Amino acid sequence: MNPVDPGFALETSDEKTILRLTGDWTVATLQLVEREFAEIALPAGVVLDVSALGHLDTAGAFLIDRQLRAGGVWPPQFEGAHNSAASLLEQVHAVSDPVPPAPHRPLGIIDLLERVGRGTVDMLSELVATLAFLGETVATIFRLAAQPWKFRWTSIVAVMEEAGLNAMPIVAFLSFFVGMVVAYIGATTLRDFDLEIYTVELIGYSMLREFGVVLTGIVLAGRTNSSFTAQIGTMKMRQEIDAMQTLGLKPMEVLVAPRVLAMLVMTPILAFIATLAGIAGGVIVGWTSLDINPGVFIERLRTAVPLDQFWVGMTKAPVFGLVVALIACRQGLLTGGSVQSLGHRTTTSVVQAIFSIIVLDALFAIFYMELGI
Amino acid sequence: MSGDPIIRIRNLKVAFGSSVVLEHLDLDIPRGEVIGVIGPSGCGKSVLLRAITGLKPPESGSVEVFGEQLETLPREARTAIERRWGIMFQDGALFSNLTVRENVMVPMKEHTRLSPALMHDLADMKIRLAGLNASAGDKYPSDLSGGMRKRAALARALALDPELLFLDEPTAGLDPITAAGFDALLRSLQRALGLTVFLVTHDVDTLHATCDRIVVLGEKRVLAMGTIPELRQVDHPWIQEYFSGPRGRAAAPVIEQGA
Repeated sequence: MNPVDPGFALETSDEKTILRLTGDWTVATLQLVEREFAEIALPAGVVLDVSALGHLDTAGAFLIDRQLRAGGVWPPQFEGAHNSAASLLEQVHAVSDPVPPAPHRPLGIIDLLERVGRGTVDMLSELVATLAFLGETVATIFRLAAQPWKFRWTSIVAVMEEAGLNAMPIVAFLSFFVGMVVAYIGATTLRDFDLEIYTVELIGYSMLREFGVVLTGIVLAGRTNSSFTAQIGTMKMRQEIDAMQTLGLKPMEVLVAPRVLAMLVMTPILAFIATLAGIAGGVIVGWTSLDINPGVFIERLRTAVPLDQFWVGMTKAPVFGLVVALIACRQGLLTGGSVQSLGHRTTTSVVQAIFSIIVLDALFAIFYMELGI
Repeated sequence: MSGDPIIRIRNLKVAFGSSVVLEHLDLDIPRGEVIGVIGPSGCGKSVLLRAITGLKPPESGSVEVFGEQLETLPREARTAIERRWGIMFQDGALFSNLTVRENVMVPMKEHTRLSPALMHDLADMKIRLAGLNASAGDKYPSDLSGGMRKRAALARALALDPELLFLDEPTAGLDPITAAGFDALLRSLQRALGLTVFLVTHDVDTLHATCDRIVVLGEKRVLAMGTIPELRQVDHPWIQEYFSGPRGRAAAPVIEQGA
């Protein structure tokens, strides 16, 4: 059954005005009359001729009712018979809004300024809130340390495996290849001065001090951070965290503390492995294209690169681990009830973590330079 | 309202792996009636709904809706059928990243060519028709209570003025007063729009207040179909227990008032 195009005609005779409605007035056909019909003015006392009206649904009734309302016509008088027009119009009339709400549209430039202001304030308050979360976490961990039997050892070990052990291959691979790249860059620039042997120092300083730990941090920010946020966020979304609280379990103790502790332990180990892998990459390049024997390479590394450099790198590792875990847990707990909010929080979490790692690394560089290491 | 049934099911079999949920199921749903579907928990009421709407393809048997067999239809014809029905899922299944109004506008945007302004106003009207305040239109589903979410889901199901409405447990989890309001709303909408309603429910009050006829599912098939007085005569332990148990008896007087 194909719909009949809707139509209408306004006829004025001596004593009354008749609005003749024809065809099907349904959601599928309304676009044909929508514009024209909105322009007609219905005088008070108009009579609706529904004898030729076909199908009518609530959308059609809504349009007719809106026009009747604009003309101040209610209740309408009908001419002709239709099985549902009167009842539908009544139904729709009962739920229609008497006054359409005024749209709120702020001025463009003011709106822009407002958003910039909000963004700036948000950024600062985000920093403060993250620091507050750090404080809360540290307090929780100290409180737990006083009652060590309350530690969730199983979850700590589970997180250590998931976020630490399972991340080892990717961290090692990445660092190995970066080590090779640094060695090649060193080799090609230093060859001009016949100083290829200094590639060893280049690898040693860069890997021990920076690349090992920063690469680890970035991989963790992408891999572990997002998974923590998604895990906790999903639990929040499904009200598991609320359930937990009502059962007397504290999310800080059950979810946050194990993750933070596991990351504090695993990040230095990962960074150590990344450093070794990076140096291995350098050794391979030195051996294959610079004719530096691995034995010579290691010997020179030991004498030319002070041990301090290793400790500089290693001190940064737990800080990066802590930052990744804290940001991930905090964003996870901030997740609202919708899927969109979970996606938004996960993105924010990864961005904040990578940003923080780079900024902290720069601060560390200044700090150690001032110390003269 | 006689004529061909709006839904016609013959020898339907639905299974998940090796567990058969429905088998040898025949069912005709007449046009223009509110049909309640009841049955013990886990008897396959929701599965039947999914099989009719094509969400769960049956193992064998035929399902005809509006006289067409969905599975064999080409894509466009199938879409045309799909826009003639509205479905309200058990927990609403509103799109959580859209506001309630946008949720209601989704089917309109997809299937009609109305102007955005009219769609906006129509969506507001549907939201009020479903018994919500127009201000609920700007809210996200996560900001709504369970009852409000159900109403919002009903508004979305009604967006295209369907001929056939599937409701999966519309009053479950609502307080009795809200549920009664929902029943009255459903009944008046059904009368005004001439809807056929396929109503899966556990709520005895809803059955009494809204349904013309009731289908009892059990033992993987349709145990009985008829009006409540007819079903009371059926000699089957579950049906007897259902209508003569304490809850069934308590709801019984509603028939006289509701008729």
